[in-house]
Parts: sequence; C-alpha cells; structure tokens
Amino acid sequence: MKRFLPGIILLFAVSWIAANWLPHKLAKDDVDLTKFGKIPVLVGGRMKPLDTVARNSLLIVHGKQELRLEGGERLTAMQWLTDVLFSASAADQYPVFLVQNAEVLGLFGWEQSDRKYFSFMEFSPFLKQIDEQGAQSEKLESVQRSAYQNAILNLRNSLSLYQRLKNSVQPEGAENFAAELQAFESSIPAAGRAASRRAAGEDFDKSKLDDVVALMQRYERLSEMAYLLAVPPVEPNGQWHSVGDSLLRSIGMGEIHPVVKQYALIGDAYRAGDYSMFNQQVNLMTAWFAKEQPNAAKRTAFEFLFNRLQPFSQSMALYVLAFLLACFSWLVWSRTLNRSAFYLLLLALAIHTFGLFSRMYLQERPPVTNLYSSAIFIGWGAVIVALILERIFRDGIGAVCAGAIGFITLIIAHHLAGSGDTLEMLQAVLDTNIWLATHVVAITTGYSAMFLAGMLALIYVIRGVFTRSLTKGTADSLARMTYGVVCFATFFSFVGTVLGGIWADQSWGRFWGWDPKENGAVLIVLWCAIILHARWGGFIRQRGLMIMAIFGNVVTSFSWFGVNMLGVGLHSYGFMQKAFPWLVGFIISQLALMAIAGMPLERWRSFRAGSVSSRQPRKQKLEPTVAGA
Amino acid sequence: MWQRLVDLFTSLKLTIICLAAAMVLIFAGTLAQVHLGIHEAQQRYFQSLFVWWPAESRGFKIPVFPGGHLIGAVLLVNLIAAHLKRFRLVWRKLGIHLTHAGLIIMLAGGLFTDLFAVESHMQLTGGETKNYSEDGRGMELAVIDVTDSDLDQVTAIPETVLRRHRTIDYWSLPFRIVVRNFYQNSRLKMLSEAGDGARPVANQGPGAMIAVQPAPRATGVDERDVTSAAIEIVPKDGGSLGTWLVSDALGAPQTFSCSGRTWMIALRPARYYKPYSVTLQKFTHEKYAATDIPKDFSSRVTLIDPERAVNRDVLIYMNHPLRYRGETYYQAGFQKDDSATILQVVHNPSFIAPYVACVIVAAGLLVQFGYHLVGFSKKRRAALA
Repeated sequence: MKRFLPGIILLFAVSWIAANWLPHKLAKDDVDLTKFGKIPVLVGGRMKPLDTVARNSLLIVHGKQELRLEGGERLTAMQWLTDVLFSASAADQYPVFLVQNAEVLGLFGWEQSDRKYFSFMEFSPFLKQIDEQGAQSEKLESVQRSAYQNAILNLRNSLSLYQRLKNSVQPEGAENFAAELQAFESSIPAAGRAASRRAAGEDFDKSKLDDVVALMQRYERLSEMAYLLAVPPVEPNGQWHSVGDSLLRSIGMGEIHPVVKQYALIGDAYRAGDYSMFNQQVNLMTAWFAKEQPNAAKRTAFEFLFNRLQPFSQSMALYVLAFLLACFSWLVWSRTLNRSAFYLLLLALAIHTFGLFSRMYLQERPPVTNLYSSAIFIGWGAVIVALILERIFRDGIGAVCAGAIGFITLIIAHHLAGSGDTLEMLQAVLDTNIWLATHVVAITTGYSAMFLAGMLALIYVIRGVFTRSLTKGTADSLARMTYGVVCFATFFSFVGTVLGGIWADQSWGRFWGWDPKENGAVLIVLWCAIILHARWGGFIRQRGLMIMAIFGNVVTSFSWFGVNMLGVGLHSYGFMQKAFPWLVGFIISQLALMAIAGMPLERWRSFRAGSVSSRQPRKQKLEPTVAGA
Repeated sequence: MWQRLVDLFTSLKLTIICLAAAMVLIFAGTLAQVHLGIHEAQQRYFQSLFVWWPAESRGFKIPVFPGGHLIGAVLLVNLIAAHLKRFRLVWRKLGIHLTHAGLIIMLAGGLFTDLFAVESHMQLTGGETKNYSEDGRGMELAVIDVTDSDLDQVTAIPETVLRRHRTIDYWSLPFRIVVRNFYQNSRLKMLSEAGDGARPVANQGPGAMIAVQPAPRATGVDERDVTSAAIEIVPKDGGSLGTWLVSDALGAPQTFSCSGRTWMIALRPARYYKPYSVTLQKFTHEKYAATDIPKDFSSRVTLIDPERAVNRDVLIYMNHPLRYRGETYYQAGFQKDDSATILQVVHNPSFIAPYVACVIVAAGLLVQFGYHLVGFSKKRRAALA
C-alpha cells in the first residue's frame, strides 16, 4: 500500500483538476453564456472576451469574481454582466457595490452594519453628491488621500464604470432595440434627402429630419457613455468603435454594422426570456466573428478558457497540499510522503507553467510586465530552483520550500489582482520586449532566489530551535543549499540591476539615477556581497549565514514592495496602502526569527547537549526490532 | 605605521564595513526622497563626502555619516589595494579577479560620470530650430549687447556667481552688476494683488510693479525653482541706472542703454551651445485605443551641421535615442497639450564603462560560481559512490 501511495495521491489530484476543468453541460433551454462570453470586445486598449470584462468589472466594483444575491442564489460574472448590458432594471437591484468605510456610509445617513454590499438603486438618490465628493478627492495625489477620500473615489469610479457598462451595447432601458434600429436605418435615406434639400434652400419634410435627429442625440449620448468598444473595424487595420459611435457613422455608410444589429437581437431575446432565440443569435454572432475576425475570435476563445481554468488557484491548492505532505515526511513515512509531495509539486508546477505561458501568449510579452505578474514569476522561479534542490538532496527541504513559496507568491498575486485587468497594456517606456525579457526577468529571478535562500534559513532555524530534527547532516546540507542559492541570487541580482542601468542609459541617458527601485535592487546586490564576503572571510559560520539569509527576505521584500509604497520615482507603479501593514508584519516576523536564531546554541532543541546523547540510545534500541521484523 | 595602513586598506573587514555603510546610506537616502525629492536627496546623500546634520545652515553642522563619494572612494581603494597585495595568477582565482576588475571599472566609471557628465534638455515646438540645450536646474544671467543687428555679444554669468558675489565686474561690460537680492526659489505677484506692505525690489522695468516672496526649495520631480534676483546696473564711469528684477518667471528680456550701446538682460536656464542645429518637424503622441495609456512618443527632427555637411531627418522615440558628436538626444517628455517635445540631451564621456563592466563581472561570477558548483557535484558524486 505504502509503495503505491504517491501514485494514488497524484491520481486523485489529477482527477480533481480534470473535474474542475471539464466544461459543464448545458441544459437545452438555458442561456449559453459560454458562447456569449467568448465574443471579442476592445477595452483598455486590448482585445478581450466579454467574460474577461465581466470578471474584471465585477472584481473592481464587488471585490470578487462571483456575486451572491440576498436569497443565496449565486451569479457568475457573465450572468451579472448580461443583466447589466441588457436588463439594467434587474441589475440595478443586485447588491454589488462594496462599501466598508463608515464615513462614506454616514454621508448617506446610513449606519455601519453587517452589510457591506449595496445596490445601484440604493445609491441613485445620492449620485450627484458622490460625484462631487469623488471629484474633490481625485484632485489629490493618491499618497495624500485619507481612507474616506479613497473610499468615496473608489465608489464614484465603480458607479461610473457600472453606468458606462449599462450603456455599452444599447441605451439603458431600451425595450425593442432591434425594431428601433430598423426604423432608424430605413429613415436614413429620406432624412438624407431632406437634409440636402434644406441645404439647397428647397422645401423639405421637417418630420423626416426630426426623427433621425432625435435618435442621433440618443446615440451620441450612448457613444459618450460606452465602456466597451464592441464593434470591430470594417476594413483591415481599422479601428474598433463603440455601438453608439458606430450608429452615428452608419449615417454616412447608409447601413448599420451587422454586429450592432446582432447585439440588439441578442438583447431583445434575453429580455423576452426567449433563451433558444438568444442562443441562436449568439451562434450567428460567433459565426460572424469566426469568419470576419478569425484571429480575434481564436485569441479571445483561448482567454475564455484561461479564465475558466483558473490555473493559479488550482496550483495554489496543490502547493499547500504538497507543503503539508513534505512537512509530515519529516515525522513519519519519510520516503513515501516525500515522493508524494514531489509528484504533487510537479503537477502544480506544470499548471503554474501553463498559466504563465498562457499569459505570455495572450499579452505577447515576456512574463513580467507588472507587479501581479512579478509575483507569479517569482513563485515559479523559486519553485523550479527548490525542486532542483529536492532532486539533489531528496530530504524534503526543497519540497517544503517549493510548496510554501509557491503558495505564498500566488496568494500575493491573487490580492494584487484587485485593480482589474492584470494583462493591461504597457506604458510607452516599457514597450520593449528585449529589456522586459532580460532586465526584468533577471531581477525577478534574483528575488526568487533571495526568498528561497531565506526560506531555507527559516527551515534551519525553526527545525533547529523548536524541534530535535535538525541533525548535523541536515544542517550541513541546508547550509550548502543556502550558500548555493545566495550565489545564484547574487549573479541574477547583479546582472539584472546592471541591465536595468543599461536600459535607463538607452532610454533616458543616465545609467544610474538613484531612483527608489534602483536603490532597492542595489541593496539586494550589496547584501549578497556582504553575505559572501563575510563567509569567505570566516566572519560568519553556519548560523550566521542563516541569520543573514533571513535578513535577505527583509531586503528583498523592501525592494519588491516597500519602494513602491514611497510613491516617488519612475517605478512607483501601483501604490498599495492596503499592503503596507502586511509588509511591516512580514518584516517584524523576520526580525523576530533572526533574534530567536541569535539565542545561544544550548537553547536550540536540536543542539542541546542532552538531545544528541538521548537520541543515540533510542536509535540503537529501535534497530534490533527492525532487524527482527 | 605604513604596514598598519596597508593592512587596514587591504582588509576584508573594511570591505564589509563599506558595503554595510553603503546599504544604510542607500536606505536612508531612498526614504529621504519622499520629503526632499530625488535631486536634493541625491546631492545630500550620494554625491557628497559626508551627510551633514542639520542640513540647513544654522551656524554649525556636523557630519553624521559618510556620503556616497567617500564610501565609493574607500571601496575603490580597498578593492585595488587588496588585489595588488593578494594577486596571484592562478586559474582558481580567475572568477574573483574578473568580478573585481569589472567592479573597479564600474565604480571608476560612476565617479567619472558624476564628475564629467552634463545633462540638459531641449524643448522644441513644431517647426522651431535651436542650436543650444538648456540646463535643467542651473540658471545664468545673460547680458546681451544687441546694438549690432547682425551679431549678439552674450556675456553669461552663472547662477553660482550671482549667489556668492555682491558685485560682478566683467571686462566685457562697461558697467558693474550689483546683486541687491537673490532668491533661489520665489513667487512673483503683481503689487496690486500682493496686499498692503508689499514693496517692489526694483525700480526699473516690469519689476517695479512686482512683489517677490522667497519660497522654499522645490522638491518634486517635475517642479523646479523659480530663481529671481534684483540687480543694480552701475556704469563704470559713475552713477547708477537703477535696479532691475530678473527672474525665470519673467518671459521677455529687458532692455536698457549704457555707454551708447543697447543691452538686454535676462535670467534664464543656462545654455549649452552646439555647432549644429536641431529643428522639430513633428511630435507624435499615440495612445492605446479608448485609453489614456501612452503607446508611443516620437519626435521627427532635422539635424543640420554645416561643419560636417550633415542635413538629415532623424526619428527620436522611446528607447531609440539619437547619438551625435558625443551627445545623446532622448525622447524625454512633452508639453501637456502636445504642443512641444522635450528632448533630454546628455554628454557622458564614460557611458561605455557600465556596459564593459557588466560583461566582465557577469563572466567573473559565472566562472567563480561554476567553479564552486563543479567542485560541489564532484564531492557529492564521490560521497554517493
């Protein structure tokens, strides 16, 4: 049984993943939001499926990718978005807007209670007030805003996003939009004739002109509000337009873009509850995109798949499981559990890799383009190095590190995703794949290695101080691993830092500008140099190396996150007030562990004079029984 | 004594102390940027021998920490001395030698850049031609003899001279310039708006209607000081022509006559003249569809150099600068309404040093750590066998 356990655990994990990944079967008369969710639109400068828009928008306004109604019913992001687009009066009742700030609630005369989600209907009497208050906070730099000012500005932005979504593919509250469009299209020629007669000073039919003018004003408002650019270009290399914009252009063209009409038919069917009609119209739309925009359709279909698979959540769960198995392997069944953990980690890494490469394909970029992707990449790099260590030493240490770092970095990434699209377009100065692929990758690989070295040192300290499991052999191999990983970190941090300088020299004409992020990078290089020289000079031994490696965690976390919180310099993308207490907590915990490691060796359970001698006899006592069995 | 000095400067302890001091300094200097701004923090912490306290002059100041130049110099001496003393030509040490040789090049290059690099910028509106770039911070008082319509005779007096000297006497000028007031940073207001009690610092030109208030130094990345001064023109043959207000905030130069010649004075950003000219043809600022995220900035310019018979169009855009006659032009920014482009102009004779150093150090680290790794795996194989 024990021999097969690793295989069985792996099989369970694989079937759990497969069960999550298999598409759900659709009931015959249900809305096919899978197909609808794959329709491409252009938002934030990037083509993406409606499903991504739904998830990111819901994440921004609601803080989650799923919505739970008061009755307990759950709505997926796509179900919510479909209601917002086509059936605004229903969507207005959903409690989506997340407000936790008591001062903001007080503005409306509400007391803070257990409720933190509110519907659009509830805010509708206060829209003007929210807009004014939000506009005031917007004038301040993000660093200067108070909690209230941040909260009111967020609420204003959420409400504005929501209202723009409602007016993206049809005017809010339109009932029979397909018929309205047909009437509009057929009245264009007559109105055109009337307009040219008026221009020529002849008699003209004023009512013909007025009909069209009224509708045009309606579509003008629509085009000002629209959040999505839903209408693809007619000619190759043309521009995407919003529905309102496209309708205004249709006057010149004499006909309405087929995608606009199709959205209208889909919306009318949805409101009428005619789901087979809805599915039929969505199929027509899908077929149109597959024919006219094959590349867009392929890419967005893949992104839809990527959204549904949620590879990073899956590998996060596997990392935790592997971490626990590897920890237990130090207590019982060491070879079996160790191997189980290793297999699980390989599976988790495979899924993690799939996610990373999918993002690269979707964005057509090297792996790290923002803070979110740096977290994904740091975890990935550290897991690979840790697994190599595990392959060499086979003592569960690499596996524990891989599990822990994989899990923690993915959790961090998960919390960094709150601002919406994690595949956002890059600022002009970052728009260079060479430097993103070299400088950024080298620097983040350096971070990975620093955290891995720190993790190894933590294992040394925790096992040494609190348990008796740190034998001389384990301690020596931990020291060797830590030293090797610090060398690895030194190389990548140095090369990455200098490449960053060269990039700066290429784009701004200065190699070094003492920008906070540059300083953070050089702090890591300096700290690595200090560790290596202190060891070569014999100023530190095993324990000293470990304490310094733990401080490496502090230096690296300051460089990764801390400098961004200063809000100065060229690299200050994303000021994260929320992360600040976490960073401080992390640094304090590391300093505390360094202090614990600084205790005299007699206080370490593993090194206590008595512990070694008390272990020896027990081991000897065990051996005969094993031999007897 | 000599031996002790040698021991000190070649010791590994000194290296570690310097590296640790550098970490503390960089950490403090980074935090200081929040209040001081990058430029000021850089001056105080990194481009100095000591960090002084208190920073503002209050009659006394004491050095509280070694500055960037001191740490860098000690590290450089330590590095060179240690290698001179311990250098042995053996393969085992190749990685270490390469790494440190690269670091010496990098540190020396950094010092060289600090001393000799000049950064300035050139702002051009569409169709405009310039044959000079302007300093980002330093000002100059330009005194221009415009009597001859074909030739302007310019005497440029640097800001530092205005700040330090009370009376300026140049052989090329028929008058002395007496600095009545000097404001490193200031706000200018019309007297009518400044309220009661405000008095002008000048009695000639528009300055007679303007009140000047001193202001604290600017700290933001995009902010700059508005430097102003009140200067009195005293002809060398006696008398006084009056006091003028010159300021960065005043647009047009002011004119007066002295010794039968016509003069213009202006306090303006210090200029670096070039033997060639640059004309902006077109500035382009692209954004991603339906967003405010900039996609690309580019400036199409014409470069004309009569000396070298050059007349060509160049496209300068992000990450693609123009390198010409020892200077490099980068697309650095633009005016808010896209009306003008701002090119960063850099003259840095040692710009190649980090490139060379990077390659050498990277190779050195690879050799060194590779050597460790091979040793480790050999031992391990032996242990397993």
